Amino acid sequence: MFVARSIAADHRDLIHDVSFDFHGRRMATCSSDQSVKVWDKSENGDWHCTASWKTHSGSVWRVTWAHPEFGQVLASCSFDRTAAVWEEIVGESNDKLRGQSHWVKRTTLVDSRTSVTDVKFAPKHMGLMLATCSADGVVRIYEAPDVMNLSQWSLQHEISCKLSCSCISWNPSSSRAHSPMIAVGSDDNSPNILAKVQIYEYNENTRKELTSSGGLTKFEIHIVAQFDNHNSQVWRVSWNITGTVLASSGDDGCVRLWKANYMDNWKCTGILKGNGSPVNGSSQQGIFNASLGSANTSLQNSLNGSSASRKQS
Amino acid sequence: MSSLQTGVFLKQVSEDLFQILPPCRNHPSCLTDTSPVVPGADPARTQLCFEWGPAEMLLCETLFGRRGGERRGAPGGSAGPAPTGCGVAGGGDGAPGPSRVFVVRRDQDIYMETLRKLFNESHGIFVGLQRCEEERAARARNAQLVQVSKNYRSVIRACMEDMHQAAISARDSALHSQYSIQVSILSAMELIWNLCEILFVEAAPAGPLLLRLLDWVQLHICDVDNMVREVLGSENPSKHKLFWNVVDIFVLQGRMDEARHLLSKEAIANPTSMNMYKILDDLMKKMPVPSLGNTQTLTEMELKWQHWHEECQRYLQDGTFASNSHMESICKILLGDENAILEKKELMTTWYHFLVTRLLYSHPTVKPMELRFYAQSSMDMFLGEESNPEPLDTILMAAFEFELHQVIKECSVALSNWWFVAHLTDLLDHCKLLQSHNLYFGSNMREFLLLEYASGLFSHHSLWQLGVDYFDHCPEYGRVYLELHIERIPLNTEQKALKVLRICEQRQMHEQVRSICKIMAMKALRNNRLGSALSWSIRAKDAAFATLISDRFLKDYCERGYFSDLDLIDNLGPSMLLSDRLTFLGKYREFHRLYGEKRFSEAARLLLMLMTAHIAPCSFWMTLLTDALPLLEQKEVIFSAEQTYELMRCLEDLTARKLDKQKFQDDDVETMKVEMLRLALARNLARVIVKEGTLEGS
Repeated sequence: MFVARSIAADHRDLIHDVSFDFHGRRMATCSSDQSVKVWDKSENGDWHCTASWKTHSGSVWRVTWAHPEFGQVLASCSFDRTAAVWEEIVGESNDKLRGQSHWVKRTTLVDSRTSVTDVKFAPKHMGLMLATCSADGVVRIYEAPDVMNLSQWSLQHEISCKLSCSCISWNPSSSRAHSPMIAVGSDDNSPNILAKVQIYEYNENTRKELTSSGGLTKFEIHIVAQFDNHNSQVWRVSWNITGTVLASSGDDGCVRLWKANYMDNWKCTGILKGNGSPVNGSSQQGIFNASLGSANTSLQNSLNGSSASRKQS
Repeated sequence: MSSLQTGVFLKQVSEDLFQILPPCRNHPSCLTDTSPVVPGADPARTQLCFEWGPAEMLLCETLFGRRGGERRGAPGGSAGPAPTGCGVAGGGDGAPGPSRVFVVRRDQDIYMETLRKLFNESHGIFVGLQRCEEERAARARNAQLVQVSKNYRSVIRACMEDMHQAAISARDSALHSQYSIQVSILSAMELIWNLCEILFVEAAPAGPLLLRLLDWVQLHICDVDNMVREVLGSENPSKHKLFWNVVDIFVLQGRMDEARHLLSKEAIANPTSMNMYKILDDLMKKMPVPSLGNTQTLTEMELKWQHWHEECQRYLQDGTFASNSHMESICKILLGDENAILEKKELMTTWYHFLVTRLLYSHPTVKPMELRFYAQSSMDMFLGEESNPEPLDTILMAAFEFELHQVIKECSVALSNWWFVAHLTDLLDHCKLLQSHNLYFGSNMREFLLLEYASGLFSHHSLWQLGVDYFDHCPEYGRVYLELHIERIPLNTEQKALKVLRICEQRQMHEQVRSICKIMAMKALRNNRLGSALSWSIRAKDAAFATLISDRFLKDYCERGYFSDLDLIDNLGPSMLLSDRLTFLGKYREFHRLYGEKRFSEAARLLLMLMTAHIAPCSFWMTLLTDALPLLEQKEVIFSAEQTYELMRCLEDLTARKLDKQKFQDDDVETMKVEMLRLALARNLARVIVKEGTLEGS
C-alpha cells in the first residue's frame, strides 16, 4: 500500500509540473505564479524549500533537471515564449546556514514565437543537449558544446510537427542499435488531424559540410512513426527505461503503449484505461504482460493502430 | 521516468496488508484502488500529474487544459485552443487555486526499519545458499536444503519475537496494533514456509509425512499452551472446567503420552471409572504410529494399525465407554469418526488442524499426493456453509495440492512485501522444483522475484548494500538492474560514494564508475574544493576535466601566489600523465619543491625542460620565466651557457608572439618584466661564459 505525505507547496497559483532530480533528493515545482521552487530532502525525510524565484513573465509550464554530471542545472519553459537554463550557485556561508541557495540564469532561448510547452534534457550520453516544443508545433534541439559554459547554446535542429505540441520525451537508450529518438505528443484539438504522437530519429549518415549559411540541419531527421489512435489531446509521452516502449496518455482517459517490431514498424501494443479494464474490442490478454518496465515484451496483439514505416520528413 | 519501479507499481495495486482475519481481494484490479492515496483529491475539479523518482513518487494537483488562457496581465492568449475537456466548470479566476503536492511511497518502507533484522539475516542465509558447495549425494543435499529452510524459519521466528516485544512495550495504541499485525503476518509466513518445507524441501514420504504434519500443527496452535498451563497448574487438574478440553486437544494432536498422563489423574480422582480408564489408556498406548527410522515398513504398520482399529471398534460397540461421554468421544476420535472430531471444532480452530487429525486417525500412512483430496474435503467439512476461504486458506490448499506456482502466486498477491516469495522461490529453485517457466519477462520466476525484492531494497539508505548481492545472483538481468539502480544512490558523503565505487569497480562497471566520479568531481568543483575535484577526475580518468581543474589550480596560484592542496599535487605519481595540463601542474609544483630544498641546478633544469618540451602552456611562460629570475640572480651561477641561450630564445619567442597581438606594448608592467629578464639573462650569460671559459684549477 501507499502512503502519501502532503507538502505545503506555497505557490500562489496552479502548479503545472513537478520534477525529481536524478537521485530523488531534490525536487522542483513550477507554477502559473511565474516562479520555480526548489526543494531539498533532509536526512530525516522532510522536504524544505531552498530556493524560490521568479523565472518568467508568464505561466511556467515545465521544469526539468539535467544529469548531475553537468552540475546542478535546471531548465524551465513558459507561456512567455521562452525557455531558460538555470545553475545553482554555491552561496555565502550564512546562506548555507539558513538553508538557502541561489540560482542564476545562464541562458534564455528565445527562438519560439509561441508558448513553449515542454523542455527536456537529452540523455547524458548525448552530451549537454535539450529540446523544447512549442504551441505552434516546432520542436527545437539545442546543444551546449562546452559543458562548463552554460551560457553558450546553439540551435541544432528545428523540427516542424505541423501540430500544436504539448510534450516531448527523449528515448533514454544509449545502445548503438538505435539512433537518438525523441517522441512528441500533440494537444491539437481539431478532429481532422489524427497523428497525435510522433517519433523522430536522428540519422547521422547524411552529415553535410557546413555551408556558409550555417545550415541548421547537420543531421537528417526522419519521422519514424506517427500514431493516430488517441482521438483526443495527448498530454504526456514517456519512454521506458530501455527505450523500447513508449507510453502516451491522453484526454480520453487512456494510456497507450507503443513498440517497434524487429522491422522497425511501430504499433500500439496495449491500451490501459483508468479503471483497469482494457478498451473494448481489443484483445486483452497481453496488456499486463506488455508491462512498462519490460525489456523483452513480445508484440502481443496488433490492435486498431496504424503504423507508419520510415518516412522522409 | 524510472520504469524499474513499474513492476512494483503493478504489484502494488493489489492488496491490503495481508491479514489472517479479513479476506482480501485477490485479483489485481490494477490501476484503481478504493482507498484514496491522495486525501481530498476531487477528480471533478483537478487532475493529477505525477513523476517517478528512484524511491518515491510525486503527485500534484493540476489542470492539463490550461494552456491557452493566461492570468493577470500576461501577454495575450491566442496561442492554442481554449481549454476543453478538462472537466472544470468555468476556468479563469474561479479555477482552483494553489495546488497540493504529495510525496508517495510504499508503506513497506515503514516496516523496513522493524524488519531490518529479518532482511539482514536472511541475506546472509541467501548468499550462503548460493555459494555453498552442492552435496553430491541426494540425501545429503536434501539435508543441506532442509537446514537452510530451518534457518530461514528461525530468522522469521526471531523477528516475530522482537516484534512481539515491541508490541507489548508500545505505548501508542496505533503503534501497538501495527506491531501486532506484523506479528500475525510473520506468524502466517512461518506457517506457510513450514508447510512448504515439509512438502517440498524435505519432501517427506508417506509415514514421516504425518509426523511432520503433526509437529507442524502442534507448533502453530499456540492457544493450547495457555489452556494447558492453566489446567496443569491448578490444584486439582481433573476438576478444572477445561480439563477435558485439554485432554481432547492432546488426543487431537496425537500427543498420547500427555493425554494419558492427564487421564491418569482423572482415574485417581474418580476410581469408578478406573476400568474404563485402563482400557482407554491401553488403547492409546498401543496406537501404532509411523516411525522415522527404518524399523518397519509401511505395510507392516498398516497391518498393525488395522488390528488396532478393529480393537477400538469392538470396545466402542460393546458400550465400554457408554457411561462416560468424554471417554466415549475420545474413543470415537481414535476411530477417526469425522463427526466426533468435528465436534471439537473450537479446539482445533482451523481446517488444517482438522485435516491432520483426520489423517492421524483414519489414514496415517497417507501419501503426499493423496493429501489434496483430504485437504479439500477437510476444508469443506470444517468451514461448512460459510465456505469463504481466506488468502491463507487458499495458499495452504495450493500447497497441499502441490501446486507450487499457485502457492507463489497467491503469496505474491497476499503479501505486500516481496521478501517472502523471493526467498522461498529461490530455495525451491535450488531444490530443482521449479520448471524453467519462461515468463514474458524473458527470464524465470525466481529471477523476477529476486529482482523485485532487491529493487525495493535500493530505496533504503543502507539496506541497498544487501540488494547488490541479490542482483549478483540473477544471471540474466541482475547486472543491468544493478547498473541502473546503483547510479541513483544519493551520494551524500564521500564515504558512501567510495563504497558505491568499490562495488562498481569490483564488477567492472566502468561507465558507472566514470559517471559517479564525474558527479563527485562536479560537486567538489562547485564548492571550490579543487583538490577533491582533481582526485575524483583522476579516478574517473577524465582527462578533459583534469585539465580544467589544473587550469584552475594554476590560475589560483597566479592570483594568490601559493598552491592549495599541496599534498595531493605532490603525490600524483603516474596519474599525473592523465592530461598534459595535469603533468605540468605536477612538474611545476616539483620545481617549487626543488627550489625550496635549494636544489637549484635541478630546479633550473626542470624549469627549462618545462618550456622546451612544451609541457607548459604558452600562457604560463611568462610566469615561468619570472620564476627563473631568482635563479639567475643567485650568487652562484646556475644556468649554463647553453641553458641561458635556451632561456633567451624562449623569451624572444614569447615577445614575438605578444608583439603580434600588440597588446603587449601598452602594458608597462609586462615591458618592465621583459627588460628585467633580458638584463638578468645577459648578466648570467656573461658570468657563465667566463666561468666555463676558465680552466679547471686556476
